Amino acid sequence: MEAHVPEAPRGPAVPGDGPLPPIQQIAVAVIVLIVSGGIFTAAHLPRHVPQGPTIALLAAAAVLLAVNVVLLSRIGPFNWRVFRQVAGWVLVAYVVIAGMLEYVFIYDQTRGSQLVILTGMLAVFMLNIPILLGFSVARFQAPDS
Amino acid sequence: MATVAEPITAQTTTAPASLARRDFQIVPLQGLPVVAVVIVGMVVAIATNSHWAIDFYHVAGGGLWTAFDLFLGLVLGPIIGTMSISSRIELVTRLMPKLVLIVPTLVTMTLGAGFQLARQLGNLAPHSPVHNWLLASYIVVGVMATIAIGLLEPANIAVLFELRKPVPNVARIQRLMKVFIYTAGITGLMQIATLVIMTKIAST
Repeated sequence: MEAHVPEAPRGPAVPGDGPLPPIQQIAVAVIVLIVSGGIFTAAHLPRHVPQGPTIALLAAAAVLLAVNVVLLSRIGPFNWRVFRQVAGWVLVAYVVIAGMLEYVFIYDQTRGSQLVILTGMLAVFMLNIPILLGFSVARFQAPDS
Repeated sequence: MATVAEPITAQTTTAPASLARRDFQIVPLQGLPVVAVVIVGMVVAIATNSHWAIDFYHVAGGGLWTAFDLFLGLVLGPIIGTMSISSRIELVTRLMPKLVLIVPTLVTMTLGAGFQLARQLGNLAPHSPVHNWLLASYIVVGVMATIAIGLLEPANIAVLFELRKPVPNVARIQRLMKVFIYTAGITGLMQIATLVIMTKIAST
C-alpha cells in the first residue's frame, strides 16, 4: 500500500495570482485563421479569389479578437502598465509592417472587395499580435498596485 | 481551457547570485537604423521593380533566415538545453535581444521580395509548372509564422522581461526557454522542407 505523501507547502502567491482567461490560445487561433485566409488568397492570385471562405475566416478571426478584448477587459488585478508598454511598441512595429503589406496590395493592383477583405485581415492581425505579446509578458508581472 | 498564473514560491524565487538583475536592452536600439535601411531598400527594390534587387533580397534574406533557423533549432538549441542555468541565462541575455531584430527583418525581406519575384517570373499563374510548389511553400511558411509569432516570440520576450526583474523566477525562465528551444527546433526542421521546395522551384 502506498503511503500518502502530503503536497509540499507552497509559498504565498503574488497579488492577483489565479486563473487567467485563455487569451494566448485565442490569439494563436486568430493567427491561424488569418494565415489560412492569406494562404487561400495567395493560392488563387492573380485569378479571382472566391470571397466566401476568406470572408468567413476574417469574420471568425474578428469575433475571436473581440472575445479576447472582452476577456482582457474583465481581468481584475493585472499589470496594465507592462501590458501597455509591450503592446504599444509591438503595435507601432505592426502598423509599419501592415502599412508595407497594404502598399504591396495596392501596388499589385488589388482593388474593390478583395482589397477590403485583405485590409480587414491585416487590421485584425495588426491588433491581435500586440494583445498576444502584451498579455504574454504582463501575466508574469506583479499586478499594478 | 483556462491558464493559471504561475504562483511564486519560496523555492522558485531563490535565484543564485549569478541571476541578479541584469541591465540590457530588450530591443537593441542601435540596431534599428540598420533594420530601417534594409527595409527601405526592400521597398525601393519593389517600387522600382528591379529584378536584381528583388532577387537579391529574396535569396540573401532566405538564405540567412534558413541558416539562422537551422543553426538555432538544430545546433544551438540542443547545446543550450545541456548548459547550466546561469550559462544559459548569460547566453540568452546576449543572444535573444539581437534575435528580436534580426529574425523579423530577414522574414520580411524574404517574404516581401519572394512574392514580388514570383509575380515577376509568372510563377503565381495557375498554369505555371511550379504553382503547386509555391502553394506548398505558403503552407510551410504559414505554419512557421504561426509557431514563431504565437509561441516562440512571446516566450522570448517574456524571458527577457523576467531576466530584468530584481529576482528572476528561475523555474519560469526554464519553462519559457523550453518552449523557445522546442519551437526553434520545429521551425529548424521545417526549413529543410523550405530548402527542398525552393530548390525544386529554381530547377523546374
